[in-house]
Amino acid sequence: MIEVKDVRKVFGTQEVLKGISAVFETGKNNLIIGKSGSGKTVLLKCIVGLLTPTDGHVLFDEKDYVAMNIDQKNEIRRELGMLFQGGALFDSLTVEQNVRFPLDMFTHMPLSEKRDRVNEVLKRVNLVNANHKFPSQISGGMQKRTGIARAIVMNPKYLFCDEPNSGLDPQTSIVVDELIMEITQEYNITTITNTHDMNSVIANGDKIIFLHEGNKHWEGDKYSLFESDNKELIDFIFASDFLKEARDARFNKLKNKV
Amino acid sequence: MAEYVHASGGPLFHIGRYVLMIKRSFAKPERAAMYWKETLVQMNNIGVGSLVIILLISFFIGAVSAVQFAYNLSQSMVPMYYVGFVVKESMILELAPTVSCLILGGKIGSNLASELGTMRLTEQIDALEIMGVNTISYLIGPKLAASVTMIPLLVVISAITGIWGGLLAGSMSGYVSGADYLQGVLMSFKAYNIFVMMVKSVVFGFVLTSVSCYQGFYAHGSAIEIGKASTRAVVLSCVMVLFADLILTWLLLR
Ligand SMILES: Nc1ncnc2c1ncn2[C@@H]1O[C@H](COP(=O)(O)OP(=O)(O)OP(=O)(O)O)[C@@H](O)[C@H]1O
Ligand SMILES: [Mg+2]
Repeated sequence: MIEVKDVRKVFGTQEVLKGISAVFETGKNNLIIGKSGSGKTVLLKCIVGLLTPTDGHVLFDEKDYVAMNIDQKNEIRRELGMLFQGGALFDSLTVEQNVRFPLDMFTHMPLSEKRDRVNEVLKRVNLVNANHKFPSQISGGMQKRTGIARAIVMNPKYLFCDEPNSGLDPQTSIVVDELIMEITQEYNITTITNTHDMNSVIANGDKIIFLHEGNKHWEGDKYSLFESDNKELIDFIFASDFLKEARDARFNKLKNKV
Repeated sequence: MAEYVHASGGPLFHIGRYVLMIKRSFAKPERAAMYWKETLVQMNNIGVGSLVIILLISFFIGAVSAVQFAYNLSQSMVPMYYVGFVVKESMILELAPTVSCLILGGKIGSNLASELGTMRLTEQIDALEIMGVNTISYLIGPKLAASVTMIPLLVVISAITGIWGGLLAGSMSGYVSGADYLQGVLMSFKAYNIFVMMVKSVVFGFVLTSVSCYQGFYAHGSAIEIGKASTRAVVLSCVMVLFADLILTWLLLR
């Protein structure tokens, strides 16, 4: 379980996060949604420690991460996997070397064992026969899957995904979403995913946190999402006029039936 | 530490952050084997990768110095073998270390800054950080280690090539025979000057590498920033090398 308490983040004069408190549950894919610029990435980076919150606390299973020194943080970080928005694969290393990197750096496994583990996770993300390709030689979807493989190769307790399906076609996007979901449940991981992709919100929203201008504006799940009368949330979900009209049409139809 | 990446400030801020970076680049490695492997890669990039340009430049510098000096001597009473002596002295004391390091500041400096800048902007450094790697010591430590071993070696090669270039140009232009030139080269040989050359090359190597790594590691913004960071790396490394040259010459040759 990860808990954020009153997290604030100020850049210069701009207050990007205005005191956010939330609980992210274990074994669930916790979604952070909100429109572009609402502070999703900043919140995620504050949680993983790439940014230090101006105020507030981040607790990993009750332990205060913000207050830790660098060595203690590194301990936690070894139990943590992250999928970056752009993949962030090491471009001088092959797919296999990328996924093996954390094992090379932090374990004493013999090479053959590491290879087996790498092939196991690559198979898990449906990426076979790409072991010796470089990131520049594979597609965006394959890069995302390599990123997931690298994030889970150490069996993390916490998994963070920043926009896992940005830049992917709808089908690949669903594959990646399902993969994250399955891994989360299978290994009982605390997963936090940033997204503004409504398909994935509707498919995976066990627990949803809606950010608006640096505030937590709403919290719930995919069922309560559509019943909410929160104006900003409705504007976010039904972004286009077409969708709003479709919703109103359906609403009127329902009303007429009554 | 992550916090300071996006920050900016005056010269004092940069000096402070630079000093901290140097300090942290000596942190204990998580896995010595990985660092060693990375150091070998960097030694290859920095050392072998710069060999051809150093050979080329040093040869011409030696050759031109020899011909120029011989031309001046030809109108005086000074014996011609002095050409060998002067080319040797100037190669060892100034031209080999300083000119090589200015060239390397351009080549290695822009490489390192754009490599690290790209890693920063594509979040590869963040990815390392998240894994719990000490990014500064893993990314910068091996580069510094490779530089302070390979650059002195390149400088020695540069001095030898320059002296040899002088020999070739001097004898081909007919100013000074090979034997006379060599007599000059071997005349009043001072081991201390070699020591000065080595000190300079270690210091210059360290300065140009750390300054360039600093520019790349703390790059932030958009892709254009990578180009700007590598330009800054080159300019700043060259200025710092010249500055260090002046200080070291003062300190060592008094
Ligand atoms: N390092 C930084 N320095 C200054 N301002 C920043 C920094 N990082 C983010 N911001 C600001 O914080 C705000 C929120 O940015 P953030 O990247 O969190 O948005 P987001 O919700 O992830 O958007 P998107 O969906 O487009 O990824 C933006 O206004 C941005 O300008
Ligand atoms: Mg974002």
